[in-house]
Amino acid sequence: MKRTSLLALALLAGCSSPRPAAPQPVVNVGDKKFTESILLAEMAVQLARQAGVDVHRRDLGGTPAVWLALTQGDIDVYPEYTGTITEQILKSNPPDLAAALAKHGVRISRPLGFRNNYALGMHKDTATLKGIRTISDLRNHPELRCGFIPEFQDRPDGWPGLKKHYDLPQTDVREMAHAVAYAALKEKSIDLMEVYLTDGEIAQFNLLVLEDDKNFFPAYEAVWLYRDDLEQRVPEVVRQLRRLEGRISEEDMRRLNTLVQRDKENEAVVAAEFVNQKLAAGIEAREDSLALRLGKTTLQHLELVMPSLFAAVIAAIPLGILAARRPRLGRIVLAATSILQTIPSLALLLFMIPVMKWLVGSGIGPAPAVAALFLYSLLPIVRNTHAGLISISQPLRESAEALGLSRMAILWQIELPLAAPTILAGIKTAAVINVGTATLGGFIGAGGYGSPILRGIDKGDLSLMLEGAIPAALMALAVEGLFDLAERWMVRR
Amino acid sequence: MFRLVEVVKSYSGRAALGPTSLDMPVGKTTALIGPSGCGKSTLLRVLIGLVSPDAGVVSFDGSPVTAETVRQVRQRVGYVIQDGGLFPHLTARGNVALMARHLGWERRRIENRVSELAVLARLPPEMLERHPQQLSGGQRQRVGLMRALMLDPAALLLDEPLGALDPLVRADLQDDLRVIFQSLGKTVVLVTHDLGEAAFFADRLVLLRDGRIVQDGTPADLWHRPADPFVTRFIQAQRGPQVPGEAS
Repeated sequence: MKRTSLLALALLAGCSSPRPAAPQPVVNVGDKKFTESILLAEMAVQLARQAGVDVHRRDLGGTPAVWLALTQGDIDVYPEYTGTITEQILKSNPPDLAAALAKHGVRISRPLGFRNNYALGMHKDTATLKGIRTISDLRNHPELRCGFIPEFQDRPDGWPGLKKHYDLPQTDVREMAHAVAYAALKEKSIDLMEVYLTDGEIAQFNLLVLEDDKNFFPAYEAVWLYRDDLEQRVPEVVRQLRRLEGRISEEDMRRLNTLVQRDKENEAVVAAEFVNQKLAAGIEAREDSLALRLGKTTLQHLELVMPSLFAAVIAAIPLGILAARRPRLGRIVLAATSILQTIPSLALLLFMIPVMKWLVGSGIGPAPAVAALFLYSLLPIVRNTHAGLISISQPLRESAEALGLSRMAILWQIELPLAAPTILAGIKTAAVINVGTATLGGFIGAGGYGSPILRGIDKGDLSLMLEGAIPAALMALAVEGLFDLAERWMVRR
Repeated sequence: MFRLVEVVKSYSGRAALGPTSLDMPVGKTTALIGPSGCGKSTLLRVLIGLVSPDAGVVSFDGSPVTAETVRQVRQRVGYVIQDGGLFPHLTARGNVALMARHLGWERRRIENRVSELAVLARLPPEMLERHPQQLSGGQRQRVGLMRALMLDPAALLLDEPLGALDPLVRADLQDDLRVIFQSLGKTVVLVTHDLGEAAFFADRLVLLRDGRIVQDGTPADLWHRPADPFVTRFIQAQRGPQVPGEAS
């Protein structure tokens, strides 16, 4: 049952996202959705386009999601760092990195030129005040408040390893997003955070990068990781990408990051200018107009909301009827849909990546997002269908039976019409929640209003956040209004 | 028309209906009476298959009522409950015509039948387009009766049909109902706890207590030849208005 409904839903999702009909080879470039990763991916997109292929950028989540997407074939190439490959992906430090990756069907380019090591950053004022210059100096200051991204707290080459290596005493460690940590450090509500060497904010916020005096942090050299078959399919793309090997310095990268982070410039434009300047590529890139961007994200958002809601209605109403007819089974159905609701939305999205890969051959983009939204939409509709049906009074039910109507006729002509206002209210709740939750689609490259919101959070760019948040709120209000109209129409009848 | 043989029904161990046998002949009006919880409603609902007995046989028109035949039986029996049991999402006309539409009657035939019934039940025709909540209690009951009569059933079952009405409306409807019962000559089974109402309609009264028949006879039998002291007590409990004497 579940599998077939997921399939049906995946079909819907498939129909709604138009596939290019041209025989042009398609190349998907992944990134981890932080500025530097997006900039590098954007360079890859523009260089690959030079090779005459149809290229898409896919903004995905953290390392596990991107690596999974690469090995599954959802993306063909993405920018990675050598330290992340050894510490997090392979979890070993093989003498021949290329050979170790080849076992996974993945190839590695030569370094692009810059390193983006982890480092610890402090406000220069605080550092001077406390006389801190190196990581070893931190041992005498257990009172320092730290703000780290969750990934840094989990990685052996992150906080756990660092703490052990230097025997650090700090206990006040908070989880926060990178951009939030910079803001907190600026406000001095934390003292210490992890930074990347190429972060534009280091100069922008006047930070001191503490010296790694006992050489803990491994080297993080930027490289391309790409699939074996990309080389065979479109060797020209690989050739284009490799033109950047050794061409990007730390200085360059920091400057580009600053242009995007501080000056709020568009990633595609910044990347194009850089590639033109370094490789004389002659690429033209300009930012889409606001109206065009809004049109695109609105369409993408609707492509997430509509099929998932539609499929949920089709699946949830029969489930609600079943639950009302068979009380014991009904309890199980209601409990199961309630449990689905308690799964954190991001976890469900990530879980859907391999599931949808297996079901429909596409683990990123709209399909897993639609599947997750579908599951979330079930509960309100199942619950309200059930409630609407069981609230029909015994005398009415018996009157229908006593007329000699068949069970089917009773359901269609009496029970469902009587329960319709309650069912409609459930669909409304599901739709409104759906519009909001669909913004998380931004995490797995599904687009929609979530993309500008997440980019805006990452860049600290309020207007970009609002570019997603305002239309999302308006769409939720519009959906609510439409359903209110439908309800009123139904009551009038 | 209806025959019960040794029918037993209990709910979670409590007997609602003891072993009961009863015959309801064609064309007669039978009233099931008794105090609340005596089993009279259960008995009525057993007749139309809304309650399936634990033991015993119910037959209609000579054949036993089973899961396979119950829908056909229901289409030949009209059923009216307190306040009409009308479906709030349908108009009066929609309620009355529901079953005929389901059976695929022609539109013209349905319209004619509904008009005919409106005359019979004395429902003003403009009320047909209203929803139940826009009708008075008495009008709802008239529509309920029309719905029950739509397919021209052989029998009519009524469960406290007038219980929710005020005395004047009730008296009006009682008169109309008696005329209808007599003119149509249908087998009627009526459940009521009002002895006066039962005697007004029925040729035969069946008094129940704790799921068993205490006495089965004409009103005169119950008044003059009570089978049991309980019958006398039940009759005496139904008192008329006590008019205070005038001070002289």
